[in-house]
Amino acid sequence: MLSLLRAVIGRDLRLAMRRQADIVAAVFFFIIVVSLFPLGVGPEPEQLRRMAPGVLWVAALLATMLSLPRLFADDHRDGTLEQLALAPQPLALIVLGKVIAHWLVAGVPLVVLAPVLGVQFDLSSDALTVLTVSLLIGTPALSGIGAIGAALTLGVRGGGVLLSLLVLPLYIPVLIFGAGAVDATVSGLGPQAHLSLLGALALGGVFFAPWPTAAALRVALE
Amino acid sequence: MLEASNLECVRGERRLFADVSFRLDGGEMLYLQGSNGSGKTSLLRMLCALTPAVSGEIRWRGKPIGKLGEEFRSELCYLGHHNAIKEELTPLENMRSSADLAQEPLAEEAALDALQLVGLRGREDLACRYLSQGQKRRAALARLVNEKRALWILDEPYVALDPAAVELVAGLIGAHLQRGGLAVLTTHQAVAVPAGAIRELRLGDDDANDERRSAERC
Repeated sequence: MLSLLRAVIGRDLRLAMRRQADIVAAVFFFIIVVSLFPLGVGPEPEQLRRMAPGVLWVAALLATMLSLPRLFADDHRDGTLEQLALAPQPLALIVLGKVIAHWLVAGVPLVVLAPVLGVQFDLSSDALTVLTVSLLIGTPALSGIGAIGAALTLGVRGGGVLLSLLVLPLYIPVLIFGAGAVDATVSGLGPQAHLSLLGALALGGVFFAPWPTAAALRVALE
Repeated sequence: MLEASNLECVRGERRLFADVSFRLDGGEMLYLQGSNGSGKTSLLRMLCALTPAVSGEIRWRGKPIGKLGEEFRSELCYLGHHNAIKEELTPLENMRSSADLAQEPLAEEAALDALQLVGLRGREDLACRYLSQGQKRRAALARLVNEKRALWILDEPYVALDPAAVELVAGLIGAHLQRGGLAVLTTHQAVAVPAGAIRELRLGDDDANDERRSAERC
């Protein structure tokens, strides 16, 4: 089982490395969207500090959305998805591998960049730490939930827009608890409760999402 | 070993075929014929359990393939319209990564030998997007060289290949049949497979059930 996961993750990472433009585009999107806000709303530190968690988290959601349509579309187009569906191993396990690979490629860069970008919003070091931790826990949930949407809209014309309409509402809990954790730290309440709930969402997202995703992929292949 | 009874296929509002039945045993090949749009690919996808049949049943070793699931898929090798190779990877990486995904690791030497056989030696380190259409097809067909699974389902395997490659693939299929394997394939090119018994099935002619079993040519 682990060797299968390793094979899927290794393959997807290698493919991502051969096509770095996609990763770079999503990362720069994140950087630019986050950097536009301080320029747009003016330099009052108090105001920036208040809006920082929301801005960073919304930008992270949107940056993740950018890379979702290609999660299965490329494999669908060149026929490898059929081969994956016909493999003797459970498709859900293969999907889990692809979700993990997607997180490594699309989620981890956001986590690494968040503390750097947070400095623009005059966040304290405590708040920056919590922001990074919340993204670290929350972004796997984004990949997991997003996979369901990507599978459901596979092969649909105008699937990109439909995907956002489908997935963004499902991201709301992750957004609330992720941004809430930073808010709670700033206001002195402590982030533990929010982070625990975020962790629960991530576990649910990563380990339950592969089954509906696999079912949706089989329907898309019919 | 592979039995299909009274299969029916409906695409949209059109019924492509109905009452298709056949039986295939070890060492036999089913040669599926029919005009464009007669449902050949649909039938092949049904045989892989990718598409459910509207009615009828497909059995593998006496059991319905829907129930067998992973057990059936571990004996199935499907090559579809698409080559199922990644353009960003080299032929060698493609072979090895698909072998890893199938949990049947392939040594580099074995993969190189297979590429040598299909005439891609010297291009094993070139990303597949730089290959020609025929070379991509060869890269996809290199899988068959080491394929030991019992049932091969091949959708137009000869498309884009030059005569030498067609002969090579026919030879691979013949060797597979000789080992006691089964093959189902569609093609518009009349190619003689060197060994094995051949059955023919023609889809989409005048009467609904137009199965012609030709005399077995060995």
